[in-house]
Amino acid sequence: MTSPTSTTTLPRIGILGAGHVGPAIGRVAIEAGYPVSIAGSGDPAKIALITQILVPGAKADWPAQVAAEADIVILAIPLHKFRTFDPSLVAGKVVVDLMNYWAPIDGTQQLFEDPRYGSSEIIQQHLSGARVVKSFNHAGYHELEADRRPAGSPDRLALGVAGDDREAVELVAALVENIGYDAVLLDSLREGRILEPGGPVFGASLNKEQFAQVLTAKAAA
Amino acid sequence: MNDSSSLRTGFPLTFGLDTFGDVHSDETGTLNSHAQTVRNIVEQGVLADSVGIDFFGIGEHHTYDYPLSAGDLVLSAIAARTRNIHLGSAVTVLSSDDPVRVFQRYSTLNALSSGRAEVILGRGSSIDSFPLFGYDLSDYEVLFEEKSELFAELLKGSPITWTGTTRAALKDQDVVPHLEAEPFPTWIGVGGSPQSVVRAARHGYNLILAIIGGSPSRFQPFSNLYLEALEHFERPAQPIGVHSMGHVAETDEQAQEEFWPRYLEVIKHVSKTRGFAIPTPESFRHEIGPHGAIYVGSPETVARKIAANLRVLHASRFQLKFGMTGLPHTAVMKNIELYGTKVIPLVREILGSES
Repeated sequence: MTSPTSTTTLPRIGILGAGHVGPAIGRVAIEAGYPVSIAGSGDPAKIALITQILVPGAKADWPAQVAAEADIVILAIPLHKFRTFDPSLVAGKVVVDLMNYWAPIDGTQQLFEDPRYGSSEIIQQHLSGARVVKSFNHAGYHELEADRRPAGSPDRLALGVAGDDREAVELVAALVENIGYDAVLLDSLREGRILEPGGPVFGASLNKEQFAQVLTAKAAA
Repeated sequence: MNDSSSLRTGFPLTFGLDTFGDVHSDETGTLNSHAQTVRNIVEQGVLADSVGIDFFGIGEHHTYDYPLSAGDLVLSAIAARTRNIHLGSAVTVLSSDDPVRVFQRYSTLNALSSGRAEVILGRGSSIDSFPLFGYDLSDYEVLFEEKSELFAELLKGSPITWTGTTRAALKDQDVVPHLEAEPFPTWIGVGGSPQSVVRAARHGYNLILAIIGGSPSRFQPFSNLYLEALEHFERPAQPIGVHSMGHVAETDEQAQEEFWPRYLEVIKHVSKTRGFAIPTPESFRHEIGPHGAIYVGSPETVARKIAANLRVLHASRFQLKFGMTGLPHTAVMKNIELYGTKVIPLVREILGSES
């Protein structure tokens, strides 16, 4: 929604996953001026049509290629496939985890059943070489496009951006802002648990002030 | 409206009602038993036929709130008492069923109803059938891909030869009862997976867009993807449908008053297991407005919204998921009557005057 800056100055977004969520993120990232690559589970020919119609302007490629070329990797694979995801693909990368663990919907997955950690913390543990940032997970991908607003709009919504690596968090926060949302920064993946399903932010469509109130209430509780 | 936005799909407009077998209440507000719920659905289907509705669909569910696990049996009871209405699943959770059995049941329904059966295949947004029948949810993609492929073979007619990993192979197998004429219309219901859209086109299935929240227009790229994919696979044009929930009463106010408390109750219940946000009066007003996915109001309000969204989505079929859980049976019957006698003619009028 902000006027696109020259594409050469913005980081390349590499989306792993061409299901419900990947193309939705890709489309708004392109409209915000970011160069975007996208991969499905393998051969890019299989997602050529999806890319052409749903993410026009994006480059469909093999997963390894998309990850290697990306400055920000968006991990948008079905969570149950994460077990078999190769961490070396994203070593050293900023990785946005927008996945959610909902046992009643996705079935129980032992990997994410550890009550000590949020799902993004578990993702970070498995992608130890990557800098994981939790964001976009609490907004419906359905509404991602329609809910965008220019900076300063009274009805602009806020998205949480949580991570342990400040530089990575700021990179993703800029993406959030450029797409058309206010970024609310959270200082660790641990704090990002507040964005999870069942929490006060999930699916709630909050603006920046409302989001801040939730955080204050949480801190006071 | 300019020319490019008028409805020219090449297919006749058809209108359906879908139920998930929601448990309703009687005049005293007491929830009906499962058995009474099943019997009431037959009455609803019979009424739908008598007021000129084109399609009546039952969505497979296996829960206390939605006790319609064997919808095809209920459809055959409706078939025996009706003449014109098409009857089908909405949806059949094919991933956890056997395509051969699904074909046998609906081919039987097609025979009983003299060619009025339809099937909507789904991958399984409602997942209660997976553990019930011993399937692993993480296999849903391969299950649906293989089974939708086999079902497409079955529709071509016997003998069937097929090999896969999710059921026993078939070699020159005769599967009965044979179809009398054309295969019954078969659709794939899609909630948001582009792969499912492409799959529908690849196997030559019609497409139903299940739009349960948010702006219906955001599904327009899916319609475009489907139409492009049909061309890509050198398939003939096929119809697109829309499935969304709603409720019709005499006035907007009455429809909202009847629908809102039950909707709130249902979503509250679902939010516990699915993590959905609880709707607010404000979010509800948005959903029933022009940019939302729920069709609640007077016949005029609902008809205008259906017409607008059919146009945006290049769709020729609309299926209203009616009868939110907990509504009184009388309000549900009134909804059916108004949908058939008022809403459908109004939509036809709005769209007919444009093309």
